Amino acid sequence: MNTRFASVRNGLTLIVGLLLLWQLLYLWTGDVALASPLQTFRYTARLFAEDAFDLQVYETLRAFAIAYALSVVIGLAVGFWLGFDRLSGDALEPMIVSVYAVPKLTLYPILLLAFGLSLSAKVAFGVIHGVIPIILFTLSAVHNTKPILIKTGRVMKLTRWQMVRWILFPAAIPEIFTGLRVGFALTLIGSLLAEMFASQRGLGYLLMNGIGLHNVELIMSVTLIIVVFAAAVSVILLHIDHRLHRRS
Amino acid sequence: MTRVGWYRTLVIGGIIALLEVLCLQGVIDKITMPAPHLIVRDLWRMLVSGRMNAAIAKTLSNTLLALVLSLGVGIVAAALLHRARALRDTLDPLFATYYAVPVFAFYPFFIVVFGLGDLPQVLIAFMLGVVAVIVNTLNGLDRVPSVLNKTARILRMSAADTAMHMTLPYAGPYILTGIKLAVAYAFIGVIGSEFIMSRGGIGYEISFAYANFDNATMYPLILLILLASVAVNGVLTVWEQRLLARRGMR
Repeated sequence: MNTRFASVRNGLTLIVGLLLLWQLLYLWTGDVALASPLQTFRYTARLFAEDAFDLQVYETLRAFAIAYALSVVIGLAVGFWLGFDRLSGDALEPMIVSVYAVPKLTLYPILLLAFGLSLSAKVAFGVIHGVIPIILFTLSAVHNTKPILIKTGRVMKLTRWQMVRWILFPAAIPEIFTGLRVGFALTLIGSLLAEMFASQRGLGYLLMNGIGLHNVELIMSVTLIIVVFAAAVSVILLHIDHRLHRRS
Repeated sequence: MTRVGWYRTLVIGGIIALLEVLCLQGVIDKITMPAPHLIVRDLWRMLVSGRMNAAIAKTLSNTLLALVLSLGVGIVAAALLHRARALRDTLDPLFATYYAVPVFAFYPFFIVVFGLGDLPQVLIAFMLGVVAVIVNTLNGLDRVPSVLNKTARILRMSAADTAMHMTLPYAGPYILTGIKLAVAYAFIGVIGSEFIMSRGGIGYEISFAYANFDNATMYPLILLILLASVAVNGVLTVWEQRLLARRGMR
Protein backbone atom coordinates (compact mmCIF):
# COMPACT_ATOMS: atom_id res chain seq x y z
CA MET A 1 0.00 0.00 0.00
CA ASN A 2 2.78 2.31 0.94
CA THR A 3 4.71 1.76 -2.28
CA ARG A 4 1.57 2.34 -4.30
CA PHE A 5 1.04 5.65 -2.54
CA ALA A 6 4.67 6.56 -3.25
CA SER A 7 4.38 5.75 -6.95
CA VAL A 8 1.17 7.78 -7.30
CA ARG A 9 2.87 10.68 -5.51
CA ASN A 10 5.91 10.41 -7.75
CA GLY A 11 3.75 10.34 -10.86
CA LEU A 12 1.80 13.41 -9.78
CA THR A 13 4.96 15.30 -8.84
CA LEU A 14 6.37 14.47 -12.24
CA ILE A 15 3.27 15.70 -14.10
CA VAL A 16 3.17 18.94 -12.11
CA GLY A 17 6.91 19.39 -12.70
CA LEU A 18 6.58 18.90 -16.45
CA LEU A 19 3.65 21.33 -16.63
CA LEU A 20 5.63 23.87 -14.64
CA LEU A 21 8.60 23.46 -16.97
CA TRP A 22 6.32 23.94 -19.95
CA GLN A 23 4.82 27.12 -18.46
CA LEU A 24 8.28 28.51 -17.68
CA LEU A 25 9.48 27.77 -21.23
CA TYR A 26 6.40 29.55 -22.52
CA LEU A 27 7.06 32.61 -20.34
CA TRP A 28 10.67 32.60 -21.54
CA THR A 29 10.10 32.21 -25.30
CA GLY A 30 6.78 34.01 -25.64
CA ASP A 31 3.72 33.57 -27.82
CA VAL A 32 5.42 33.15 -31.20
CA ALA A 33 7.23 29.89 -30.53
CA LEU A 34 5.08 28.11 -27.96
CA ALA A 35 1.53 27.78 -26.77
CA SER A 36 1.04 27.79 -23.02
CA PRO A 37 -0.37 24.68 -21.30
CA LEU A 38 -3.72 26.38 -20.79
CA GLN A 39 -3.97 27.50 -24.42
CA THR A 40 -3.07 23.99 -25.57
CA PHE A 41 -5.66 22.34 -23.33
CA ARG A 42 -8.34 24.73 -24.58
CA TYR A 43 -7.35 24.12 -28.19
CA THR A 44 -7.38 20.36 -27.61
CA ALA A 45 -10.87 20.53 -26.16
CA ARG A 46 -12.02 22.55 -29.16
CA LEU A 47 -10.41 20.03 -31.53
CA PHE A 48 -12.32 17.14 -30.00
CA ALA A 49 -15.56 19.04 -30.51
CA GLU A 50 -14.94 19.08 -34.28
CA ASP A 51 -16.27 16.12 -36.28
CA ALA A 52 -13.47 16.42 -38.86
CA PHE A 53 -10.88 16.00 -36.15
CA ASP A 54 -12.61 13.01 -34.59
CA LEU A 55 -12.53 11.38 -38.01
CA GLN A 56 -8.73 11.77 -38.15
CA VAL A 57 -8.38 10.27 -34.68
CA TYR A 58 -10.62 7.38 -35.75
CA GLU A 59 -8.45 6.88 -38.85
CA THR A 60 -5.25 6.59 -36.79
CA LEU A 61 -6.87 4.36 -34.18
CA ARG A 62 -8.26 2.03 -36.84
CA ALA A 63 -4.88 1.55 -38.55
CA PHE A 64 -3.29 1.09 -35.15
CA ALA A 65 -5.88 -1.44 -33.96
CA ILE A 66 -5.58 -3.61 -37.08
CA ALA A 67 -1.78 -3.43 -36.92
CA TYR A 68 -1.73 -4.37 -33.25
CA ALA A 69 -4.11 -7.30 -33.72
CA LEU A 70 -1.90 -8.64 -36.54
CA SER A 71 1.27 -8.05 -34.50
CA VAL A 72 -0.13 -10.05 -31.60
CA VAL A 73 -1.26 -12.99 -33.73
CA ILE A 74 1.90 -13.16 -35.85
CA GLY A 75 4.18 -12.41 -32.91
CA LEU A 76 2.73 -15.14 -30.70
CA ALA A 77 2.73 -17.71 -33.51
CA VAL A 78 6.32 -17.00 -34.55
CA GLY A 79 7.44 -16.66 -30.93
CA PHE A 80 6.08 -20.07 -29.93
CA TRP A 81 7.49 -21.66 -33.07
CA LEU A 82 10.98 -20.26 -32.45
CA GLY A 83 10.69 -21.17 -28.78
CA PHE A 84 9.90 -24.80 -29.59
CA ASP A 85 12.27 -25.25 -32.47
CA ARG A 86 15.64 -24.71 -30.80
CA LEU A 87 17.63 -24.63 -34.06
CA SER A 88 15.36 -22.07 -35.75
CA GLY A 89 15.26 -20.03 -32.55
CA ASP A 90 19.04 -19.91 -32.16
CA ALA A 91 19.51 -19.07 -35.83
CA LEU A 92 16.82 -16.43 -36.21
CA GLU A 93 16.76 -14.67 -32.83
CA PRO A 94 19.94 -12.60 -33.39
CA MET A 95 18.63 -11.63 -36.82
CA ILE A 96 15.37 -10.39 -35.35
CA VAL A 97 17.26 -8.51 -32.63
CA SER A 98 19.39 -6.72 -35.21
CA VAL A 99 16.28 -5.67 -37.15
CA TYR A 100 15.35 -3.78 -34.00
CA ALA A 101 18.42 -1.52 -34.37
CA VAL A 102 17.70 -0.69 -38.01
CA PRO A 103 16.08 2.66 -38.81
CA LYS A 104 12.92 0.98 -40.06
CA LEU A 105 11.50 4.23 -41.36
CA THR A 106 13.72 3.86 -44.41
CA LEU A 107 11.90 0.61 -45.23
CA TYR A 108 8.60 2.44 -45.50
CA PRO A 109 9.01 3.47 -49.16
CA ILE A 110 9.31 -0.23 -50.04
CA LEU A 111 5.99 -0.91 -48.30
CA LEU A 112 4.45 2.07 -50.05
CA LEU A 113 5.59 0.72 -53.42
CA ALA A 114 4.31 -2.75 -52.56
CA PHE A 115 0.95 -1.77 -51.05
CA GLY A 116 0.34 1.66 -52.50
CA LEU A 117 -0.47 4.74 -50.43
CA SER A 118 -3.16 2.98 -48.43
CA LEU A 119 -4.29 1.67 -45.09
CA SER A 120 -2.44 -1.60 -45.75
CA ALA A 121 0.95 0.14 -46.03
CA LYS A 122 0.32 1.89 -42.73
CA VAL A 123 -0.79 -1.33 -41.06
CA ALA A 124 2.17 -3.29 -42.45
CA PHE A 125 4.56 -0.68 -41.11
CA GLY A 126 2.95 -0.80 -37.68
CA VAL A 127 3.23 -4.60 -37.72
CA ILE A 128 6.96 -4.49 -38.59
CA HIS A 129 7.49 -2.42 -35.45
CA GLY A 130 5.14 -4.23 -33.11
CA VAL A 131 5.80 -7.84 -34.00
CA ILE A 132 9.50 -7.87 -33.02
CA PRO A 133 9.21 -7.43 -29.23
CA ILE A 134 6.24 -9.84 -29.11
CA ILE A 135 8.29 -12.52 -30.90
CA LEU A 136 11.36 -11.97 -28.72
CA PHE A 137 9.53 -11.95 -25.38
CA THR A 138 7.39 -14.97 -26.30
CA LEU A 139 10.49 -16.86 -27.40
CA SER A 140 12.35 -16.19 -24.19
CA ALA A 141 9.21 -16.95 -22.17
CA VAL A 142 9.03 -20.40 -23.75
CA HIS A 143 12.74 -20.96 -23.15
CA ASN A 144 12.40 -19.92 -19.52
CA THR A 145 9.49 -22.23 -18.74
CA LYS A 146 10.46 -24.62 -15.95
CA PRO A 147 11.59 -27.92 -17.51
CA ILE A 148 9.54 -29.89 -15.03
CA LEU A 149 6.34 -28.42 -16.42
CA ILE A 150 7.29 -29.48 -19.94
CA LYS A 151 8.32 -32.94 -18.74
CA THR A 152 4.97 -33.31 -16.99
CA GLY A 153 3.27 -32.44 -20.25
CA ARG A 154 5.33 -35.06 -22.08
CA VAL A 155 4.48 -37.67 -19.51
CA MET A 156 0.83 -36.89 -20.10
CA LYS A 157 1.42 -37.26 -23.84
CA LEU A 158 0.04 -33.83 -24.65
CA THR A 159 0.05 -32.80 -28.29
CA ARG A 160 1.99 -29.71 -29.25
CA TRP A 161 -1.16 -27.60 -29.30
CA GLN A 162 -2.30 -28.89 -25.89
CA MET A 163 1.19 -28.17 -24.58
CA VAL A 164 0.86 -24.54 -25.67
CA ARG A 165 -2.71 -24.21 -24.45
CA TRP A 166 -2.37 -25.83 -21.02
CA ILE A 167 1.27 -25.53 -20.01
CA LEU A 168 3.42 -23.04 -21.89
CA PHE A 169 0.89 -20.27 -22.28
CA PRO A 170 -0.23 -20.12 -18.63
CA ALA A 171 3.36 -20.41 -17.41
CA ALA A 172 4.66 -17.79 -19.79
CA ILE A 173 1.85 -15.24 -19.47
CA PRO A 174 3.75 -12.65 -17.39
CA GLU A 175 6.65 -12.46 -19.82
CA ILE A 176 4.42 -12.64 -22.89
CA PHE A 177 2.42 -9.77 -21.46
CA THR A 178 5.60 -7.70 -21.24
CA GLY A 179 6.08 -8.40 -24.94
CA LEU A 180 2.51 -7.33 -25.68
CA ARG A 181 3.04 -4.14 -23.69
CA VAL A 182 6.22 -3.17 -25.55
CA GLY A 183 4.59 -4.26 -28.81
CA PHE A 184 1.67 -1.94 -28.13
CA ALA A 185 3.96 1.07 -27.81
CA LEU A 186 6.03 0.19 -30.87
CA THR A 187 2.98 -0.48 -33.04
CA LEU A 188 1.67 2.95 -32.12
CA ILE A 189 5.02 4.51 -33.02
CA GLY A 190 5.04 2.62 -36.32
CA SER A 191 1.57 3.64 -37.41
CA LEU A 192 2.17 7.28 -36.44
CA LEU A 193 5.50 7.43 -38.28
CA ALA A 194 3.83 5.99 -41.36
CA GLU A 195 1.24 8.75 -41.24
CA MET A 196 3.87 11.40 -40.74
CA PHE A 197 5.82 10.39 -43.82
CA ALA A 198 3.06 9.94 -46.35
CA SER A 199 -0.65 9.98 -45.73
CA GLN A 200 -3.67 12.14 -46.24
CA ARG A 201 -5.36 11.24 -43.01
CA GLY A 202 -4.74 10.66 -39.35
CA LEU A 203 -2.99 12.37 -36.47
CA GLY A 204 0.47 12.01 -38.04
CA TYR A 205 -0.80 13.78 -41.13
CA LEU A 206 -2.29 16.57 -38.99
CA LEU A 207 1.09 17.05 -37.30
CA MET A 208 2.96 17.42 -40.56
CA ASN A 209 0.19 19.62 -41.95
CA GLY A 210 0.63 21.88 -38.94
CA ILE A 211 4.21 22.63 -39.98
CA GLY A 212 3.06 23.97 -43.34
CA LEU A 213 0.35 26.05 -41.68
CA HIS A 214 2.77 27.09 -38.95
CA ASN A 215 -0.02 26.32 -36.52
CA VAL A 216 1.83 25.90 -33.22
CA GLU A 217 -1.34 25.31 -31.23
CA LEU A 218 -2.42 22.50 -33.52
CA ILE A 219 0.99 20.81 -33.44
CA MET A 220 1.26 21.07 -29.68
CA SER A 221 -2.29 19.84 -29.13
CA VAL A 222 -1.85 16.80 -31.36
CA THR A 223 1.53 16.03 -29.79
CA LEU A 224 -0.07 16.34 -26.37
CA ILE A 225 -2.90 13.97 -27.31
CA ILE A 226 -0.43 11.38 -28.62
CA VAL A 227 1.88 11.65 -25.61
CA VAL A 228 -0.94 11.51 -23.06
CA PHE A 229 -2.57 8.54 -24.80
CA ALA A 230 0.69 6.60 -25.09
CA ALA A 231 1.78 7.38 -21.54
CA ALA A 232 -1.63 6.61 -20.00
CA VAL A 233 -1.95 3.24 -21.72
CA SER A 234 1.64 2.43 -20.86
CA VAL A 235 1.07 3.18 -17.17
CA ILE A 236 -1.99 0.91 -17.11
CA LEU A 237 -0.18 -1.90 -18.92
CA LEU A 238 2.87 -1.52 -16.66
CA HIS A 239 0.61 -1.83 -13.64
CA ILE A 240 -0.93 -5.08 -14.94
CA ASP A 241 2.55 -6.28 -15.93
CA HIS A 242 3.91 -5.80 -12.41
CA ARG A 243 0.96 -7.60 -10.88
CA LEU A 244 1.33 -10.57 -13.21
CA HIS A 245 5.03 -10.81 -12.44
CA ARG A 246 4.47 -10.57 -8.71
CA ARG A 247 1.88 -13.33 -8.76
CA SER A 248 4.15 -15.86 -10.42
CA MET B 1 30.43 -23.72 -39.80
CA THR B 2 27.96 -24.65 -37.07
CA ARG B 3 24.46 -25.87 -37.77
CA VAL B 4 23.07 -22.54 -36.63
CA GLY B 5 25.44 -20.72 -38.97
CA TRP B 6 24.34 -22.86 -41.92
CA TYR B 7 20.70 -22.29 -41.07
CA ARG B 8 21.20 -18.53 -40.94
CA THR B 9 23.12 -18.40 -44.21
CA LEU B 10 20.45 -20.54 -45.82
CA VAL B 11 17.65 -18.23 -44.65
CA ILE B 12 19.36 -15.03 -45.82
CA GLY B 13 20.53 -16.65 -49.05
CA GLY B 14 17.07 -18.10 -49.62
CA ILE B 15 15.34 -14.74 -49.20
CA ILE B 16 17.77 -13.02 -51.58
CA ALA B 17 17.48 -15.84 -54.13
CA LEU B 18 13.68 -15.75 -53.89
CA LEU B 19 13.61 -11.98 -54.46
CA GLU B 20 16.02 -12.36 -57.36
CA VAL B 21 13.85 -14.99 -59.04
CA LEU B 22 10.62 -13.08 -58.41
CA CYS B 23 12.13 -9.89 -59.84
CA LEU B 24 13.61 -11.58 -62.91
CA GLN B 25 10.36 -13.45 -63.57
CA GLY B 26 8.47 -10.17 -63.39
CA VAL B 27 6.25 -11.24 -60.46
CA ILE B 28 7.63 -8.17 -58.67
CA ASP B 29 7.62 -5.48 -61.32
CA LYS B 30 10.48 -3.06 -61.90
CA ILE B 31 8.56 -0.11 -60.49
CA THR B 32 8.23 -1.90 -57.15
CA MET B 33 11.73 -3.29 -56.74
CA PRO B 34 14.82 -3.87 -58.87
CA ALA B 35 16.50 -7.28 -58.69
CA PRO B 36 18.92 -7.67 -55.72
CA HIS B 37 22.03 -7.95 -57.90
CA LEU B 38 21.11 -4.65 -59.57
CA ILE B 39 20.73 -3.00 -56.15
CA VAL B 40 24.21 -4.16 -55.14
CA ARG B 41 25.65 -2.99 -58.46
CA ASP B 42 23.98 0.44 -58.13
CA LEU B 43 25.21 0.76 -54.55
CA TRP B 44 28.76 0.01 -55.66
CA ARG B 45 28.56 2.57 -58.47
CA MET B 46 27.05 5.14 -56.15
CA LEU B 47 29.81 4.74 -53.57
CA VAL B 48 32.55 4.84 -56.25
CA SER B 49 31.11 7.94 -57.93
CA GLY B 50 30.91 9.67 -54.55
CA ARG B 51 27.72 11.55 -55.36
CA MET B 52 26.20 10.62 -52.00
CA ASN B 53 29.29 11.51 -49.97
CA ALA B 54 27.92 14.88 -48.85
CA ALA B 55 24.68 13.29 -47.67
CA ILE B 56 26.53 10.48 -45.91
CA ALA B 57 28.88 12.94 -44.20
CA LYS B 58 25.94 15.05 -43.01
CA THR B 59 24.07 12.10 -41.59
CA LEU B 60 27.17 10.69 -39.92
CA SER B 61 28.19 13.99 -38.33
CA ASN B 62 24.69 14.61 -36.98
CA THR B 63 24.51 11.04 -35.67
CA LEU B 64 27.87 11.41 -33.99
CA LEU B 65 26.88 14.73 -32.42
CA ALA B 66 23.65 13.25 -31.07
CA LEU B 67 25.54 10.21 -29.79
CA VAL B 68 28.19 12.26 -27.98
CA LEU B 69 25.49 14.46 -26.45
CA SER B 70 23.35 11.58 -25.26
CA LEU B 71 26.35 9.74 -23.82
CA GLY B 72 27.81 12.80 -22.10
CA VAL B 73 24.55 14.09 -20.70
CA GLY B 74 23.26 10.58 -19.95
CA ILE B 75 26.24 9.35 -17.97
CA VAL B 76 26.63 12.59 -16.01
CA ALA B 77 22.89 12.73 -15.31
CA ALA B 78 22.92 9.12 -14.15
CA ALA B 79 25.87 9.76 -11.82
CA LEU B 80 24.03 12.73 -10.30
CA LEU B 81 20.68 10.92 -10.08
CA HIS B 82 22.41 8.02 -8.35
CA ARG B 83 23.15 10.39 -5.49
CA ALA B 84 19.80 12.23 -5.49
CA ARG B 85 17.38 9.55 -4.33
CA ALA B 86 14.24 11.74 -4.19
CA LEU B 87 14.71 13.19 -7.67
CA ARG B 88 15.37 9.73 -9.04
CA ASP B 89 12.17 8.37 -7.51
CA THR B 90 10.23 11.24 -9.02
CA LEU B 91 11.71 10.67 -12.47
CA ASP B 92 11.18 6.92 -12.28
CA PRO B 93 7.68 6.95 -13.84
CA LEU B 94 9.12 9.07 -16.66
CA PHE B 95 11.82 6.51 -17.40
CA ALA B 96 9.34 3.63 -17.18
CA THR B 97 6.95 5.10 -19.75
CA TYR B 98 9.47 7.05 -21.82
CA TYR B 99 9.90 4.57 -24.65
CA ALA B 100 6.16 4.05 -24.97
CA VAL B 101 5.81 7.66 -26.13
CA PRO B 102 6.59 8.27 -29.80
CA VAL B 103 9.47 10.76 -29.56
CA PHE B 104 9.14 11.47 -33.28
CA ALA B 105 5.81 13.15 -32.54
CA PHE B 106 7.86 16.04 -31.16
CA TYR B 107 9.66 16.53 -34.46
CA PRO B 108 7.09 18.86 -36.09
CA PHE B 109 7.07 20.91 -32.90
CA PHE B 110 10.86 21.22 -32.95
CA ILE B 111 10.79 22.23 -36.61
CA VAL B 112 8.33 25.01 -35.88
CA VAL B 113 10.38 26.23 -32.92
CA PHE B 114 13.95 25.81 -34.20
CA GLY B 115 13.49 25.90 -37.96
CA LEU B 116 14.27 23.20 -40.47
CA GLY B 117 17.98 22.86 -39.69
CA ASP B 118 20.12 20.16 -38.09
CA LEU B 119 19.06 21.03 -34.55
CA PRO B 120 15.62 19.34 -34.55
CA GLN B 121 17.15 16.13 -35.92
CA VAL B 122 19.98 16.05 -33.40
CA LEU B 123 17.51 16.84 -30.64
CA ILE B 124 15.21 13.94 -31.61
CA ALA B 125 18.17 11.53 -31.80
CA PHE B 126 19.44 12.83 -28.46
CA MET B 127 16.03 12.45 -26.81
CA LEU B 128 15.72 8.89 -28.12
CA GLY B 129 19.14 7.86 -26.83
CA VAL B 130 19.70 9.73 -23.59
CA VAL B 131 17.17 7.89 -21.45
CA ALA B 132 18.56 4.48 -22.48
CA VAL B 133 22.00 5.68 -21.36
CA ILE B 134 20.67 7.04 -18.06
CA VAL B 135 18.65 3.91 -17.24
CA ASN B 136 21.47 1.50 -18.07
CA THR B 137 24.15 3.56 -16.30
CA LEU B 138 21.95 3.75 -13.19
CA ASN B 139 21.47 0.01 -13.40
CA GLY B 140 25.25 -0.45 -13.54
CA LEU B 141 25.90 1.96 -10.66
CA ASP B 142 23.29 0.19 -8.52
CA ARG B 143 25.23 -3.03 -8.87
CA VAL B 144 28.58 -1.71 -7.70
CA PRO B 145 29.26 -3.71 -4.51
CA SER B 146 29.65 -1.52 -1.45
CA VAL B 147 32.95 -3.28 -0.66
CA LEU B 148 34.46 -1.48 -3.66
CA ASN B 149 33.34 1.89 -2.36
CA LYS B 150 34.68 1.05 1.08
CA THR B 151 38.01 0.00 -0.38
CA ALA B 152 38.19 3.29 -2.26
CA ARG B 153 37.57 5.13 0.99
CA ILE B 154 40.25 3.16 2.80
CA LEU B 155 42.70 3.96 0.02
CA ARG B 156 41.66 7.60 0.36
CA MET B 157 40.88 7.89 -3.32
CA SER B 158 39.40 11.16 -4.52
CA ALA B 159 35.88 11.18 -5.98
CA ALA B 160 37.29 11.39 -9.50
CA ASP B 161 39.71 8.50 -8.88
CA THR B 162 36.92 6.39 -7.41
CA ALA B 163 34.81 7.02 -10.47
CA MET B 164 37.65 6.33 -12.92
CA HIS B 165 39.14 3.25 -11.20
CA MET B 166 36.25 1.68 -9.34
CA THR B 167 32.71 2.61 -10.29
CA LEU B 168 32.94 3.17 -14.03
CA PRO B 169 34.98 0.04 -14.80
CA TYR B 170 32.63 -2.03 -12.68
CA ALA B 171 29.54 -0.57 -14.33
CA GLY B 172 31.25 -0.83 -17.74
CA PRO B 173 29.24 -3.68 -19.29
CA TYR B 174 25.94 -2.07 -18.28
CA ILE B 175 27.02 1.30 -19.62
CA LEU B 176 28.04 -0.44 -22.83
CA THR B 177 24.48 -1.76 -23.18
CA GLY B 178 23.34 1.85 -22.91
CA ILE B 179 25.92 2.93 -25.48
CA LYS B 180 24.78 0.21 -27.88
CA LEU B 181 21.20 1.42 -27.62
CA ALA B 182 22.28 5.05 -27.91
CA VAL B 183 24.14 4.28 -31.16
CA ALA B 184 21.08 2.57 -32.61
CA TYR B 185 18.79 5.37 -31.46
CA ALA B 186 21.12 8.08 -32.79
CA PHE B 187 20.97 6.42 -36.21
CA ILE B 188 17.21 5.93 -36.02
CA GLY B 189 16.60 9.48 -34.80
CA VAL B 190 18.73 11.26 -37.37
CA ILE B 191 17.82 9.16 -40.40
CA GLY B 192 14.17 8.97 -39.38
CA SER B 193 13.78 12.70 -38.99
CA GLU B 194 15.74 13.38 -42.17
CA PHE B 195 13.33 11.04 -43.84
CA ILE B 196 10.17 12.68 -42.51
CA MET B 197 11.23 16.22 -43.37
CA SER B 198 14.64 17.84 -43.86
CA ARG B 199 17.02 19.50 -46.29
CA GLY B 200 19.76 16.87 -46.61
CA GLY B 201 21.29 13.59 -45.46
CA ILE B 202 20.76 9.96 -46.42
CA GLY B 203 17.20 9.85 -45.09
CA TYR B 204 16.36 12.91 -47.16
CA GLU B 205 17.92 11.37 -50.28
CA ILE B 206 15.79 8.25 -49.82
CA SER B 207 12.56 10.17 -49.47
CA PHE B 208 13.59 12.41 -52.41
CA ALA B 209 14.30 9.34 -54.55
CA TYR B 210 10.96 7.85 -53.46
CA ALA B 211 9.11 10.99 -54.51
CA ASN B 212 10.80 10.83 -57.94
CA PHE B 213 10.29 7.08 -58.49
CA ASP B 214 14.07 6.81 -58.61
CA ASN B 215 14.45 3.20 -57.50
CA ALA B 216 18.04 3.04 -58.77
CA THR B 217 18.94 5.50 -55.99
CA MET B 218 16.42 4.56 -53.32
CA TYR B 219 17.10 0.82 -52.98
CA PRO B 220 20.91 1.07 -52.86
CA LEU B 221 20.62 3.73 -50.15
CA ILE B 222 18.22 1.58 -48.13
CA LEU B 223 20.65 -1.33 -48.49
CA LEU B 224 23.51 0.91 -47.35
CA ILE B 225 21.63 1.91 -44.19
CA LEU B 226 20.64 -1.69 -43.45
CA LEU B 227 24.23 -2.89 -43.84
CA ALA B 228 25.69 -0.02 -41.82
CA SER B 229 23.29 -0.36 -38.88
CA VAL B 230 23.50 -4.16 -38.76
CA ALA B 231 27.32 -4.01 -38.91
CA VAL B 232 27.66 -1.39 -36.16
CA ASN B 233 25.15 -3.18 -33.97
CA GLY B 234 26.93 -6.49 -34.56
CA VAL B 235 30.33 -5.10 -33.54
CA LEU B 236 28.89 -3.57 -30.35
CA THR B 237 27.04 -6.77 -29.48
CA VAL B 238 30.22 -8.84 -29.84
CA TRP B 239 32.10 -6.35 -27.64
CA GLU B 240 29.33 -6.44 -25.04
CA GLN B 241 29.32 -10.25 -24.99
CA ARG B 242 33.11 -10.26 -24.48
CA LEU B 243 32.87 -7.87 -21.55
CA LEU B 244 30.09 -9.94 -20.01
CA ALA B 245 32.00 -13.18 -20.62
CA ARG B 246 35.05 -11.76 -18.85
CA ARG B 247 32.81 -11.13 -15.84
CA GLY B 248 31.52 -14.68 -16.15
CA MET B 249 28.02 -13.38 -16.70
CA ARG B 250 27.33 -15.23 -19.92
